[in-house]
Amino acid sequence: MSKVDLSVKIGSLTLRNPIMLASGTVGYGNEMAEFTDLNKLGGIVTKSLSLKPRKGNPPQRIVETPAGMLNAIGLANVGVEVFLKEKIPFLKQFDVPLICNIAASTIEEYVECTKILTVEETIKAFEINVSCPNVREGGLSFGNDLKSVATITDKVRAVTNKPLIMKLSPNVSYISEFAKTAKENGADAVSAINTLVGAAFNIFTRKPKIQNVTGGLSGPAIKPVAIAKVLEISRQVDIPIIGIGGIMDWRDVIEFMIAGSSAVQIGTLNFIDPSAPGKIVQQLEEHCIKNGIANISSLIASYQL
Amino acid sequence: MFIINSPLEEILEINHHIYLLKVFSPELTSIIKPGQFLNIRVSERAFPLLRRPFSVCDVDGDHLYLMFNIMGEGTNMLAHKPIGSTLDILGPLGNGFILDGNYETAVIVAGGLGAAPFPYVTRMLNGKKNILSFIGGRTKDDVITYNLKNVKEASDDGSLGFKGNVVQLLENNLELLKSNKIKIFSCGPTVMLRALKEFCLKHDFECEVSTECAMACGFGICQGCPIESTTQTDKYLLVCKDGPVFNIKDVVI
Repeated sequence: MSKVDLSVKIGSLTLRNPIMLASGTVGYGNEMAEFTDLNKLGGIVTKSLSLKPRKGNPPQRIVETPAGMLNAIGLANVGVEVFLKEKIPFLKQFDVPLICNIAASTIEEYVECTKILTVEETIKAFEINVSCPNVREGGLSFGNDLKSVATITDKVRAVTNKPLIMKLSPNVSYISEFAKTAKENGADAVSAINTLVGAAFNIFTRKPKIQNVTGGLSGPAIKPVAIAKVLEISRQVDIPIIGIGGIMDWRDVIEFMIAGSSAVQIGTLNFIDPSAPGKIVQQLEEHCIKNGIANISSLIASYQL
Repeated sequence: MFIINSPLEEILEINHHIYLLKVFSPELTSIIKPGQFLNIRVSERAFPLLRRPFSVCDVDGDHLYLMFNIMGEGTNMLAHKPIGSTLDILGPLGNGFILDGNYETAVIVAGGLGAAPFPYVTRMLNGKKNILSFIGGRTKDDVITYNLKNVKEASDDGSLGFKGNVVQLLENNLELLKSNKIKIFSCGPTVMLRALKEFCLKHDFECEVSTECAMACGFGICQGCPIESTTQTDKYLLVCKDGPVFNIKDVVI
């Protein structure tokens, strides 16, 4: 039996440990399952789902930048119907909380998706993406507008009893105001942060390196920004935070928890080392044993300012 | 597919700035097929961050070979990796060439570093099919004929072989190509592949092509490498998972 209690709570949802896999970096689970035992993780978050399938953006969608990468996938996904029919059966066989990420172009679409998905018992919670920087409609136009975030939270809350997590954008002046609005309108937690808007040019052709011109920056380059945003929310709003942004190893996880995260999501690292999430769980346990930490949840917001 | 640390035994410079890595990896050589690729982590540090994809160049017993040129920091580090160090390899990835089939002659058509997958293709076809190789490049330094058979060369500047592009060279050899049942295997720059597709459609030649696209993971989760399908317009195919080898008729180039 484990000497350390690694479990954490996100509202009414208990995770066996704080390590979740971030939306858009785990597909629908099948590829990652070849590298990491999904049952050892705290939770997995699906690729953003929309009501109808989305083709996504044309290539080039990805470019590497210093200690990071820009992506503009454009929410390519199979849509809720195919997800339920073809992807859920595979995910059902695992004993790991499945969190469905939803991205939509209209408020009605968020509500409709949630309504359809909430009856599926395999889905344990929802993460609402109001912060995708790579689509023309919805996405950031919702994510940097307090009223839109309030309305989406409120309307989605009305159609599901499952834990509701709002995934927030860092491309705003005060992220804590968005966390506060989410909480006031019934969200159980917030995820912070989604990617930062970035761009890169080819200096010879003078053209942007990705077709969409701008993309979302992720990877270790954004970790200090993410830590600052998590800390800001933690100091201003009493709501569980799922920290995301450039986690590369177990030390980063501890840092995110100290800054105020109840759990974390691993994203870009999955592209580089898909076996890392499982190893990080083990390393967290070792760290706790070595340092006499009986409950990992005692680290949450334990910052000494 | 799996992640494995395999020892690097040798680095050869075969053309001007074209490198060949020799890696000992029986785990990979026993299963990898021509046209499949490997995603290699060049650094433990955060820069370069992503793995670099390379198609398998050749397999000889327990050794595999990778061919590349220096494009940036990642490939520069790879070219200078100490002999005896290990390479962090994720693979094998994607679908390779279909070498079996009812054809007599395999026609290899490559431009520049597009020659990389064909030593292995040549090795696997040797003794089973006739092989003709049409290899092009901008100058003689870019025409890579390493471990290929029956090579006809083309260079844009005429410094080696036929002056012009490799598809023009194919046109010039049309009678030879039409004299028996052929299958074309190709890889190269987009402009070359576009011309090749037109050539294949015009003459009704069967052709498989290895495609390229910037990607992060190499196994389907990042969705970073879309390629337009000619049959399914409502969704993209992925170069990493659905390819990198496609029937040239099935993709928009």
